[in-house]
Amino acid sequence: MSPTTKVAQSAAGPASAGTSTTPTTGDTDAVTEAAAAVAAGSAAAVTEGSLGGSAGASGGGSGAANRGPATDYAEYRVVPARHPWRWVGTAVVALGVAGIAWSLATNPRWEWGVVAQWFTAKSIVDGLLETLKLTAISGILGFILGFILALMRLSASPLLVSVSWTFSWIFRSTPLLVQMLLWYNLGYLYEKISLGIPFTDVRFFEIQTTTLISQFAAAVLGLTLNQAAYSAEIIRGGILSVDQGQLEAASALGIPAWRRSTRIVLPQAMRAILPTAFNEIIGLVKGTSIVYVLAYSELFYTIQVIYNRTQQVLPLLLVATLWYVVITSVLSVFQYYIERYYSKGAVRTLPLTPLQKACRFLSIHALSADNSAKVTR
Amino acid sequence: MSIIATDIPAATGGAGVPAAGPTRGLVEITKVRKSFGAVEVLKGITLTVEPGGVAVIVGPSGSGKSTLLRTINHLEKVDGGFIAIDGTLVGYEVRGSTLHELREKDVLKQRTEIGMVFQNFNLFPHLTALENVTEAPVVAPRSGKPRLSKAQARERGLELLDRVGLKDRAGAYPRQLSGGQQQRVAIARALALEPKILLFDEPTSALDPELVNEVLDVIRGLAKSGTTLIIVTHEMGFARDVADTVVFMDQGQIVEQGSPQDIFSNPREERTRSFFSKVIEPAFNI
Ligand SMILES: Nc1ncnc2c1ncn2[C@@H]1O[C@H](COP(=O)(O)OP(=O)(O)OP(=O)(O)O)[C@@H](O)[C@H]1O
Ligand SMILES: [Mg+2]
Repeated sequence: MSPTTKVAQSAAGPASAGTSTTPTTGDTDAVTEAAAAVAAGSAAAVTEGSLGGSAGASGGGSGAANRGPATDYAEYRVVPARHPWRWVGTAVVALGVAGIAWSLATNPRWEWGVVAQWFTAKSIVDGLLETLKLTAISGILGFILGFILALMRLSASPLLVSVSWTFSWIFRSTPLLVQMLLWYNLGYLYEKISLGIPFTDVRFFEIQTTTLISQFAAAVLGLTLNQAAYSAEIIRGGILSVDQGQLEAASALGIPAWRRSTRIVLPQAMRAILPTAFNEIIGLVKGTSIVYVLAYSELFYTIQVIYNRTQQVLPLLLVATLWYVVITSVLSVFQYYIERYYSKGAVRTLPLTPLQKACRFLSIHALSADNSAKVTR
Repeated sequence: MSIIATDIPAATGGAGVPAAGPTRGLVEITKVRKSFGAVEVLKGITLTVEPGGVAVIVGPSGSGKSTLLRTINHLEKVDGGFIAIDGTLVGYEVRGSTLHELREKDVLKQRTEIGMVFQNFNLFPHLTALENVTEAPVVAPRSGKPRLSKAQARERGLELLDRVGLKDRAGAYPRQLSGGQQQRVAIARALALEPKILLFDEPTSALDPELVNEVLDVIRGLAKSGTTLIIVTHEMGFARDVADTVVFMDQGQIVEQGSPQDIFSNPREERTRSFFSKVIEPAFNI
């Protein structure tokens, strides 16, 4: 007879939550499940209104009093610890959240109707796509350039080190707004851009600056170079966090330099790089709104144009905010799974994903809801 | 433990070690000097280890043992003297009467002939035990031998993990293994390139006492396999057991070398005697 069956029977109702028995066998799976079922049973008791229920308390007391000469606790039932203050705290917070939600829903000045009307309007969705495009392009290019700059900074060549250092120094000390305007007005500084050999008349190709630097090009250029300066430092920090012994072991094994970087060092550096890198990318999503100075119609600029026309300032800002929340949420989910992927080997056992947690939660509750003794694994 | 000890000689006799030529794994170290800043760490070391020989280097902390090992596979460049493996200089090429420093690619090639096992294992934590073992044979440039395909490397990796008694942990990550198991994976990893020479830098000093023997048993097996071994260790009993030559180093110099009998039982030098009187417990009868 399986011990789990006994437990499930006893967990059927709140009143009988105190009669469960832990199994005597060494079957750890059965023990875990039994404990889970007991927990579920007593949770049911709490929801029935007996906070810190007396049944459980007296049960524990009698258990201590009945201690026999043979201290074999295997036949004792387990009463989980009660946390009354946790319930009080939960209630207070829930009340606060409900209050805020109520005011958001019922205050007419939020003008939810207007929000709904604009949320998926074509001009706004177009602006949103531009924002996503700018973020993706300058994010990817920025991190690639940043990676190269980080490698330069860590190289043995003093020239490469100082070029990389100067790049980061300049772009981190200039306001992004100024960089944007400079790039956009490059035509004023240099009428033509040409590729050739310096100090000679050899020119491979020449172009009018104003044709080359469109609003889009200026935006991408500004955001990318700025992003590269910051990501270079993030990536460098990540690489430095990897133990020197790893590189030594890899070169002792004859693994070529490029492979050492990409296969041995980078995957380990990723753990340090990722949280900060996602911070940067999420910052970049909203940071793209700075291109309004170029009258570039991404999400935020579009919103401004519309509310200047319709005077519905708050609802339209709410539209923009909601879209930024959506993007950030999606990115956060990505971040969670990518970080999980790179924590392979770094933690002894991978934590459960939210999905797996939910499944487990549901299965436990299904157990406690199931009043019959049919408990299967 | 006994499983490992009995497995290895049998396994090494068959797979892995090609017919040992007469000059396979001869190590000649000649007047090697090395300084870090103003500190001279190696002060003219001369040492020859015969092919298939087992040299155990002992000596007080800071005497330059690790540095000497690291110069053998060119992880440290020497400031003077030279090191040759089977008559070929490590890290340099002779052209006429000049020495040209080798390019990285050729140094890597030389290193694949010289396996190294570190005190703190240095396993790649994000790769499984098997991936640790199969990484180098697939990507490292080897002289005279083609790179292995992934499938070949895998087969060979499992064989090697079996040899160190860890076939069933092939999929485990290093942090999921005990220290002794990690060091055995590290040994399998070094063996994967079929090196002529294996360097061990205090392979057991990061281990709990009860894990030491499982690693030493593996090394004992290797000592019989015909691979040249150079081992830095503080395990004197093991040294006496396994060594052909014991080398005592102090302050960047070789004070004395000879058979374990000579060095442990009747050392000629006073310094050697005083060192052993400190490190060897009274229970260890010579
Ligand atoms: N990279 C380095 N820079 C400066 N000094 C170093 C470096 N590596 C080693 N040393 C010095 O060289 C000397 C010899 O070091 P080494 O690691 O070879 O000693 P060891 O004999 O292996 O000692 P132990 O038994 O403690 O491992 C020490 O004094 C050490 O401080
Ligand atoms: Mg050392």
